[in-house]
Amino acid sequence: MSGAAAIGIDAGSTTFKAVAIDGGGRVLARFLEPSDPRIGEQAVRALDALSTKTGKTALPVGATGYGRKRLGAAREITEITCHARGAFFGTGQPGVLVDIGGQDTKVIRLGERGEVLDFAMNDKCAAGTGRFLEVILERLRVPLEEVAAYMERAAGSVPVTSTCTVFAESEVVSLVARGEPVEGIVKGLHMALALRVSSLVGTVPAGVRFLMSGGVALNPGMVAALSQTLPGPLAVAPDPQFTGALGAALSVLA
Amino acid sequence: MIGRRVSYEFMSRVAVPLLSGAKGWRRRLLSRKGGRRTGPFGPPLECARKLKELTARHYLAGRYADGAVPVAWVTSGFPVEALRSLRFHTVYPENHGAICSVKRLVPELSEAVEREGYSRDLCGYARADLGSLAAGKTPVGRLPRPDLLCCCTNICQTVLYWYRALADRFRVPLVVVDTPFVYGDALPHHVAYVVDQLRELAEVAGRIAGRPVDSAGLVESMRLAREGTRLWDECLRTSLARPSPWTGFDSFFHLAPIVAMRGTGECNAYYRMLLDELKDRVARGVGGIENERVRLLWDNLPIWFHLRDLSTLLAREGFNVVCTTYASAWAEAGRRIDPADPEGSAARAYLHVFLNRDLPHRLSLMKRLCEEYGATGAILHSDRSCKPYSIGQIDLKDRLVEAGVRSLVLEADHADPRAWSAEQADNRLRAFMERFP
Ligand code: SF4
Repeated sequence: MSGAAAIGIDAGSTTFKAVAIDGGGRVLARFLEPSDPRIGEQAVRALDALSTKTGKTALPVGATGYGRKRLGAAREITEITCHARGAFFGTGQPGVLVDIGGQDTKVIRLGERGEVLDFAMNDKCAAGTGRFLEVILERLRVPLEEVAAYMERAAGSVPVTSTCTVFAESEVVSLVARGEPVEGIVKGLHMALALRVSSLVGTVPAGVRFLMSGGVALNPGMVAALSQTLPGPLAVAPDPQFTGALGAALSVLA
Repeated sequence: MIGRRVSYEFMSRVAVPLLSGAKGWRRRLLSRKGGRRTGPFGPPLECARKLKELTARHYLAGRYADGAVPVAWVTSGFPVEALRSLRFHTVYPENHGAICSVKRLVPELSEAVEREGYSRDLCGYARADLGSLAAGKTPVGRLPRPDLLCCCTNICQTVLYWYRALADRFRVPLVVVDTPFVYGDALPHHVAYVVDQLRELAEVAGRIAGRPVDSAGLVESMRLAREGTRLWDECLRTSLARPSPWTGFDSFFHLAPIVAMRGTGECNAYYRMLLDELKDRVARGVGGIENERVRLLWDNLPIWFHLRDLSTLLAREGFNVVCTTYASAWAEAGRRIDPADPEGSAARAYLHVFLNRDLPHRLSLMKRLCEEYGATGAILHSDRSCKPYSIGQIDLKDRLVEAGVRSLVLEADHADPRAWSAEQADNRLRAFMERFP
């Protein structure tokens, strides 16, 4: 394979993502692993893997994610800018981008040219982040890959009122003790999270389109719940887990 | 008593200038070898040294004040002019709190009162002050015991409970000047209500000082307060120049005299000197930061314990805070002071303090500052400690964005680093800066 022109790394709190792109921004190769505390070694692994796939070395690297400062990349850019760039590159449309990450959730308003008009973040507590789902699903012994099947089987949604991870955990325990079906609780959890995220959106003009990026966008249950709670139509960014890495790579493209 | 008075006078007029003069001389000698500091900032203000002297002298004199002169502890927005004419030594616990915050002492002091049952959600200044008393610790050596406590509710309601706790502790009189919240402009009955309270204040303070307020002295301190406000305003307005000769963060430090020495000749002499220096820097094109590229507005109190890192982060990218609502607030209210009408004008001035006015006023001030100073971005510090300043900021931000000002709400605290995440704030600030071409 030839034509690789830049590499983007998104060293997130839960997963480490990297892509190699060509001069037109097309993704040629991907790398994905759970985040390793030895982030430098992980970056070397990623670069090796990408250069094997593309046959190219010494490409400019853009880095984002909480681990970005430890990578010594040519450019460090925040996830806000990278997600905005990556998402806009895929759709070319203004609107509101929702990125539910492991440790924080971002709502980013994109302008006509993809510029960041405004952003809101939930990063003070785990409520409203991917971590919230993870903790509670673990408690319910529902593996992430089976969430969709559980949601499909659910006859109805059992309301979960707490979005505080600590309170929700005990609430879920008592719902289970009361004999509520796990499927319904799983659905209720997704609704609770979706409501919490939607509250970050605030007031938006009518007709605004929403776009979702980040790993949680691969969970169809979450997409369905957000579609119900957001005040406009929702689409998922292509390859949503790699949106940030793509944005980082685009930032160093000459 | 006479001995103490002599020590007090000596300390407040002579000792510190001598001491810090010697220190300054040493530093100048050393710096001749070392040369100027570099980095993203312009050369440091010469006046910073004078300011240190002034503050040191004030706190040093304070150690000898009790027993020598009457001592009052006062809130920042309190009408102090009558106290000045009675020669009270004034202590500003908020200023003391700011010193504790800069020195990162607030968590330790706060824990001392949290153990007594005070909530961590209270203003960090209140916790620092009460904590400093509980723990018997202060970075300024010693604070003189008050004979009188003076609290004005024009900045917040917290001060009311805080000063009641002080009154309970010291068993001394507490004068409260209650200022109704102002929507638009204060109404005549608001003014009359405050005038009444000012008369009561004069009576109580006169009793403690052992002599009545003399009207010539009062008029003089009002004249000085108005002149000081004008000088401070002129200092701030030097930032209209490009590059601005200093940063808004500098102004947070140089604000101390107008807050804590308002109505004194010393305060005004200081600002004349600062103004000269700032004008000289403008004439020579010397900036507060090296490469001023983007000009910003700052809203709310500074994050005292993180000021240096924060200003460095911004300055490295060419971002300079050129105007702040906090410093401007002190250039605003004092303009209403009129020595020809000491009572009425003081009532109006202290009613129209920034924090005692409605959101439309705050919004118009912010918009005006952005326009005048050419600020294309705004950082609104949402201060966990200071509720009255932080309420409404989300809406203010939205209105600023509509007006074309890129804006960021930054969650932090002015005093307590425990309510602060450096990593998250850094991330937000960088994302904010990336939005500027
Ligand atoms: S709450 Fe705000 S206005 Fe009141 S004392 Fe604290 S910082 Fe000052």
